[in-house]
Amino acid sequence: MSTTAETPVQTGLRQQVLVLYLASSALDARVVGWSTYDGTGETHPTTGDSDEPPYATGLDALKDGWRLFQASQLNPPHPGHEYDVSFLKHEFFFEKLV
Amino acid sequence: MPHPHRKHLLTSVQMAHFVATGAFRMDAVVPDEMNQQAIEVLKNGIPGVPYGTPLSEAFTDSEFVQRLVELPEVAGAIHSLVGPEPTVDHHAVHIRKAHEGEAQNLHGDAIIDVRTDAFDVQLMYYPQDVTLEMGGTLSVPGSHLRRTNESDTGRYQNLLGQTRLVCPAGTVQLLHHGIWHGGRKNDSDIDRYMFKIRFNPTVRQVRLWNTDDLYDDAVAAELDQSFPWYENATGRLEKYNRIVMWRAISGDDTYDPNYWVTRVSNRPQRVVSDRANNPHAKGKKEMA
Repeated sequence: MSTTAETPVQTGLRQQVLVLYLASSALDARVVGWSTYDGTGETHPTTGDSDEPPYATGLDALKDGWRLFQASQLNPPHPGHEYDVSFLKHEFFFEKLV
Repeated sequence: MPHPHRKHLLTSVQMAHFVATGAFRMDAVVPDEMNQQAIEVLKNGIPGVPYGTPLSEAFTDSEFVQRLVELPEVAGAIHSLVGPEPTVDHHAVHIRKAHEGEAQNLHGDAIIDVRTDAFDVQLMYYPQDVTLEMGGTLSVPGSHLRRTNESDTGRYQNLLGQTRLVCPAGTVQLLHHGIWHGGRKNDSDIDRYMFKIRFNPTVRQVRLWNTDDLYDDAVAAELDQSFPWYENATGRLEKYNRIVMWRAISGDDTYDPNYWVTRVSNRPQRVVSDRANNPHAKGKKEMA
């Protein structure tokens, strides 16, 4: 006997994704960057569309009902590359099902 | 290309600003009379230039562009950054159409480029007044030393303290090759034009500017500035990397006013002999 997962069409739910980049690995650190993707298709966020972050900290997003589903790991630098700068390190993915 | 007058070269403080931000901007530096002609010239296209053509030979068939790069302030800035007779890597006319639906992803041009003692510069010329609605180029101050490849940064939509270019007609900015940038969505009724030239240096980029103020305190202040989008810890590494770049272009490998490099490279080699543990030492005396 197998069960069949409900499809989005059946549930009517869609995923909205918020990506916050924080000033440190702490979830209550200040937001330094942000991206949003809207699975409902009702809004079309894009590059360079805002100078104001949606929340001041990652914790503020939790308080507003966003669910954290991924946080970047803390990896030591590769030997010899301790002073290199590259991608933003503290990336947190949140979702809302609407 | 004639050598620019010293008064048109960048100062050390302006160069330090470039090293910290990855950009140098000159508002309305191109005269109105040229801006009026520009749209028609750019619409008609600028003839292609083979990679590596010396600047003095690159635009002999493009009188407008020749005049642009010979404007005293523009020529002085180019000389200060990449030196005499750079080569033209490529050039391009960028048009963001009115109500164009898409923004470019945030990206660095070409491919990952980790040179610490040389850099290319991209000139961007805006012949029109650019409003926020017209989607002027997005760029991220202080992103040029990040080691990322092309559009791998495309996930980043907005960074705190980013620059969404709004400028008067005739503005020219010169950008470090590594800076994160992208054309924004044009929500206006006006097509937006930008003309870009990438320059490659042909000389070592050391003290090519007006160095009269080389040790001005404002140089150190520029190099030590932070940006709102920097993470707390990585922001310190940015300063380390700027000092490395400043040492390369100033030729002073001791410069380090805030000790970011000195502290972590201090490995003294002098060994102090310990007389108390030396059995061959004569005349050991207890201190009274």
